Amino acid sequence: MLTEFALYSDRLFMAAVGVYVLAMVLHGAEYAVQRSAKGVLVGAGGPAVETDAPPPDAPPRDGSGPGRAERYGRMGVSLVVLGAVLQAASIVLRGLAAQRWPLGNMYEFTSAICLAAVVAWLVVLRRSPASRPMGLFVLLPVVILLFLGGTVLYAPAAPVMPALQSYWLVVHVTTVSIASGLLMVPGVASLLFLLRRSGKLEGFAERLPSADALDRLAYRITIIAFPLYTFAIMAGAIWAEAAWGRFWGWDPKETVAFVAWVIYAAYLHARATAGWRSGPAAWVNVAGFAAVIFNLFFINMVVSGLHSYAGLG
Amino acid sequence: MASTELATRPPESGDPRPTGGRLAIPRNAWRALTSMRTALILLFLLALAAMPGALLPQRSLNQQLVDQYFTDHPSIAPLLSRLGFFDVFAAPWFAAIYLLLMISLVGCVLPRTIEHAKTMRAAPVATPRNLGRLPHHGSATLDVGPEEAAERVRHRLRGWRKVETATGSGRTISAEKGYLREFGNLLFHLSLIGLLVGFGAGKLYGYGGQVIVLADGGQFCNTGILGYDSFQAGLRVDGTNLQPFCVRVNDFEASYLPDGQPESYHASIGYQTTDDLNAGRVDQWRPYPLEVNSPLRLDGSRVYLINHGYAPRFTVTFPDGQKRTGEIQWQPVDATTYLSQGATKFEPPGVTDEEKRRTSQLAITGLLAPTSSGGQVVTSVFPALRDPEVAVDVLRGDLGLDDGRGQSIFEVDQSKIDSGQLKQVARANLVPGQSITLDDGTIVTFDDVRQWVALQISHDPGQDTVLVFAVLMLIGLGLSLSIRRRRFWARLTPTADGTRTVVEIGGLARTDRAGYGEEFDRLRADLLDAPHTGAEVDGSGADGPNTAAKDG
Repeated sequence: MLTEFALYSDRLFMAAVGVYVLAMVLHGAEYAVQRSAKGVLVGAGGPAVETDAPPPDAPPRDGSGPGRAERYGRMGVSLVVLGAVLQAASIVLRGLAAQRWPLGNMYEFTSAICLAAVVAWLVVLRRSPASRPMGLFVLLPVVILLFLGGTVLYAPAAPVMPALQSYWLVVHVTTVSIASGLLMVPGVASLLFLLRRSGKLEGFAERLPSADALDRLAYRITIIAFPLYTFAIMAGAIWAEAAWGRFWGWDPKETVAFVAWVIYAAYLHARATAGWRSGPAAWVNVAGFAAVIFNLFFINMVVSGLHSYAGLG
Repeated sequence: MASTELATRPPESGDPRPTGGRLAIPRNAWRALTSMRTALILLFLLALAAMPGALLPQRSLNQQLVDQYFTDHPSIAPLLSRLGFFDVFAAPWFAAIYLLLMISLVGCVLPRTIEHAKTMRAAPVATPRNLGRLPHHGSATLDVGPEEAAERVRHRLRGWRKVETATGSGRTISAEKGYLREFGNLLFHLSLIGLLVGFGAGKLYGYGGQVIVLADGGQFCNTGILGYDSFQAGLRVDGTNLQPFCVRVNDFEASYLPDGQPESYHASIGYQTTDDLNAGRVDQWRPYPLEVNSPLRLDGSRVYLINHGYAPRFTVTFPDGQKRTGEIQWQPVDATTYLSQGATKFEPPGVTDEEKRRTSQLAITGLLAPTSSGGQVVTSVFPALRDPEVAVDVLRGDLGLDDGRGQSIFEVDQSKIDSGQLKQVARANLVPGQSITLDDGTIVTFDDVRQWVALQISHDPGQDTVLVFAVLMLIGLGLSLSIRRRRFWARLTPTADGTRTVVEIGGLARTDRAGYGEEFDRLRADLLDAPHTGAEVDGSGADGPNTAAKDG
């Protein structure tokens, strides 16, 4: 029974990745169709129905309801929803198969982080459907991480070592995974913001939400994720006190978590400093997400420390 | 300071007041230090300075990895060492950065605390003359008299701080909300200082140590540094005033999955508290099941189970019939199979000649497999003690125990072998009960294997303070990031006949976060009975364009 759960969990994971890839293709098609249609249809569009106030470069539509681009985009979003459901089911089955909280190795964190990012993205989409063209770029890191998770980092469902048998695993690892996943969306938004502002790749970037909207999106999600990340680090410290005899010991993972935290603190300060508010702050946000990812992969896989229970080798 | 743009950090553009005199330089330096830009740069420096602490091996974590780094990079390692890169978190440059940051923080937060205290008492800002110029505004003529209109506004603005001013025939109401934002911001930053004080107290007055105790009744008492195998003292700890308590390890059990992955560790221990010892209750042991993630907490000190391993017991029967038993921990060298290595050392009994005693010492050194593969070369295939076997060399000669130099309990001094002072006299694979006879008739018997546990004792008087301030920080952070500071004004002017009232309202968000627009729309709908039409709405301005992304 348990091995069947594990098997189904793995299959659902693969299905979710497949669905995400397909969604990316559809988002890509949305992009391509829009771009090729642009010359013909500019100015022919009606008002963008589902947006509060369409950005000046709102997608052009043909007169008869949603166009092809719109259709592709919507199908893409539906597939993302489907993918998220499959992935959530995969995680639940993983927990049933291993009979523990399904966040015990790198494969499992990676999956949880990606699910958190996808769900955060869907919430953003619900609140501001005009951000949809960003979907391709949110899915890109998700698919890459899931691919790495399912191949290089994969570990079969199994119990965890005694040091991990604590309810703090649930609190610490869950919150840190959700916070990391949430931070992925601002990371992508800030990168796109910089891309858009740089003026390069014009035809490519102009389908994206406006620079302003991207910047605001990045800020809003960061201020939700940052307190969560802070809580996750504190929960980790409480756990470390119970497991290792000290609440903070500058273990490599702790150090890089501290670095990422300081970078995000700098981001919030930059947002409040004249001359740093937009461009430089966006770079800081990107650096913060880079630190989070670096902490997830490099520190677990290359540097040895107390957090080295990736389930690798 | 986090997430606020109230401009109390002095602007970099200088000061309108004349900057003359001798105080100009320190004053300007202080201003520069407490400016937001400096705080930002210091934050970046802090992040940058911490990185080597993760990327380079650190002495405080693993001396062996540092030594390895010296071997691998002989050219650069001494330089890095001199610059403190192997002790980043104790390095002067790291301390300089966080101290400057703390000074900058205090220099910014204290004036703001005073200012916020004043703001809390001050009345909301007077109503601007032209409300129509505010980012959010609206107006309507209500079919009620000015009294009732005012009552309606007052009622709707419950929970806002407000003040009413009579102006000619009408009146204005100024209101402000969201003071908790700045309160949270200040709470966060002040708590950060408290957290650092607690952290520092731990570094000064805390201590920690490790000790290996045999798991068949071995005891440890926290009475002095000598009881420990290794000890890390805080800067103000000299080891004379440790909190006394005793621990006895009665038993240790580990269970493993079939593939050798550990499933659980459990040590049955007994302990005696300071009070027990003072009261002379030295025969009673309070039981405690010591497990990973479940330390023994004795007021102020904690005892952790951090490792375990095996201690083989050998009996040496000397040619004159005297027996000596040695039982000392061997060190696991393979974390998966618990293959262990070590050295059990003996001195010949009853030898009075100093020279002869020194040159006829014995050492049994080699490998211990808790579950032996059974082959000619002993390897371990499972971490549990199922089928133990040792592969040992017996060495005789001068172990160097009298040299006055400390030596590892896990190995013999290699230089004594190299110099010929220590010679191998036998080599054998033994299972419990087996023995070998040396050339001089000495018999070495491998009796059996005991288990040991490694205990960590930690004492940190600052950690409760740290926890309290960490919680306060989190509360402050949540408040400062979720609450919006916003202002609202209403001007009520009765019409000429006095039966109707012209109500003009305006709103301004004082913080970076967009989204006052929605709340203002609700206020307007409630106060002006107007539907959510866009006609009078101009949701832009200082609040940022409230376009695509709705605020939550």
